[in-house]
Amino acid sequence: MPEVMSPVLETKALHKTFGGLTATNNVTFALPAGARHALIGPNGAGKTTFVNLLSGVLTPTSGTVYLDGTDVTRWPAHKRAGAGLARTFQINQLFADFTPLETIVLAISQAKGLAARFLRPVGTDTSIANAAADLLQRLTLGDVMHARVGALPYGKQRLLEIAIAVASEPKVLLLDEPAAGVPESEREQILDVVAALPGEMALVLIEHDMDLVFRFAKSLTVLVLGGVLVEGSPSEIVNDPRVRQVYLGELHVEGFSQPHAGGALG
Amino acid sequence: MTSLAADTRVATADPGTRLVAKARWRWPEFLLWLFAIALIWIAPSRYLLFNEIVILALLALSIDLVLGFAGIVTLGQGAFFGLGAYTAGLMAKHGMGTFPWSDPLLGLVGAAIVAGFVGFLSSFLVLRGSDLTRLMVTLGVALIVQELGNKLDWITGGADGLQGVMPAPILGLFDFDIYGRNAYLYSLCTLFVLFLIARALVNSPFGLSLRAIKGNLTRARAIGIPVERRLVVIYTVGAAYAGIAGALLAQTTQFVSLDVLSFERSADALLILVFGGVGTLYGALIGAIAFKAMYDVLASATPEYWGFWLGLALVLLVLFARGGIMGLMAALMERFGRRRMGDA
Repeated sequence: MPEVMSPVLETKALHKTFGGLTATNNVTFALPAGARHALIGPNGAGKTTFVNLLSGVLTPTSGTVYLDGTDVTRWPAHKRAGAGLARTFQINQLFADFTPLETIVLAISQAKGLAARFLRPVGTDTSIANAAADLLQRLTLGDVMHARVGALPYGKQRLLEIAIAVASEPKVLLLDEPAAGVPESEREQILDVVAALPGEMALVLIEHDMDLVFRFAKSLTVLVLGGVLVEGSPSEIVNDPRVRQVYLGELHVEGFSQPHAGGALG
Repeated sequence: MTSLAADTRVATADPGTRLVAKARWRWPEFLLWLFAIALIWIAPSRYLLFNEIVILALLALSIDLVLGFAGIVTLGQGAFFGLGAYTAGLMAKHGMGTFPWSDPLLGLVGAAIVAGFVGFLSSFLVLRGSDLTRLMVTLGVALIVQELGNKLDWITGGADGLQGVMPAPILGLFDFDIYGRNAYLYSLCTLFVLFLIARALVNSPFGLSLRAIKGNLTRARAIGIPVERRLVVIYTVGAAYAGIAGALLAQTTQFVSLDVLSFERSADALLILVFGGVGTLYGALIGAIAFKAMYDVLASATPEYWGFWLGLALVLLVLFARGGIMGLMAALMERFGRRRMGDA
């Protein structure tokens, strides 16, 4: 069934070059509210560059990004965050000297526009502190909420990455390899957390682990060499010969080495 | 205020209470401020030295706001100090010792406005760039202001200094006496009020967002913190603080010379902050006390080796106690506290 709603996040002919290298090639993309979308592609396909363009870490060479129908192409990252676009990072970006509680209190305060308050100590607003503690409990970080973030085990830090992004109750959440580097025993926990996120939040998952992708995603985009190779439902993607050749081929077909996609680019 | 009882209460408290507890007063803080007041009776002959310490502490405090909490490295805080000194000096001079222009408190306000305004303008120069860029930009601004102070001698008195600075009595009641007793109390009260504001500021959500910027710029932006706006605000506040420190010097010594703008003062203040401990607020105060006490003892015993002792202390401190004196004390307290209570 086709979406009648306007997309919550959209790009039109998004293009990014670094010198002579094309990192994002003419990507047109639409994400409906409540989507469970996965972005896959072989190494160097430009997945993280694309996420950086969406979140405002990078500015595109050409093309447009719309958030909730508004052109945000020239908006800096913090303004997009304020408009409801949150993300996690492939490599942890945390405040090492904070406690998880302080981290989430700050994220919630900022989302509510109260982080510029001064003179009253952090925690005076008990509704924010309680909301932060609740969120941490839900993400199984309750027992470490007063510990120093830098001293947390890696798996907990990955969960905190997600907690920070969720704290602002965003419309769109970009999850850049949330389980990267997490030991097998803790991956399940991260998947559970992702699965339990509110249904109306549109999620984009960038992931290498195909198990994870196919358990999570209702729709997928395959990026190759910065461009969209194909989009579709999981079954369409699995059965697409080009995808098998380019991407899954890497994993399943012995001796396949050259991930080139005929005329599908541009 | 039995801190032991408070600790056990806090350990089981709700998250908000637990966070607020981080901002509550601890007994060494009371002790320090009571000691500062007690000095009036302990060592009545050393008011001038104490006054100098207070002013240096305030300057170092202004650097701590900018460097310790927002992570902006600066070597140019002396520019704002000097601007504040000249502003208060000129107001007192041309006000002819009467209300309103010569009023010391209005002088402080004027100094804060002028220094803060120049700080606001120059803050846009330190928004971008690495630590090295910021170091050079702040130094550059300080050198420009210093040269202006020299060239605009029809305002500043140039190399002769600004003569005839006559502040009115404080609140119209307390004259600046020749022993410097009122001067010390006046500076101390000013420092205390500004310290309270700074303390509230760094413990507030605003302060937390500054520490976030210092801790991880990428993440700070990603959660929506307007980084540039925050840095402009704190740099401006820091400049105003430095300006008030300068104003205190001008009013209490009733003279302003070009060396209020000197690079050495910026460097000394930064050194004092590193001595005391960056990002603790009290580091600025403790550092100033240690620095001046050391100077007082060592420079009077062996004036020619002052630089040697200062350098030695600096090297030892940076090598063995990177958190400065506050870092050392925190480590000691923690060891002591752990033995006493198990969990601190």
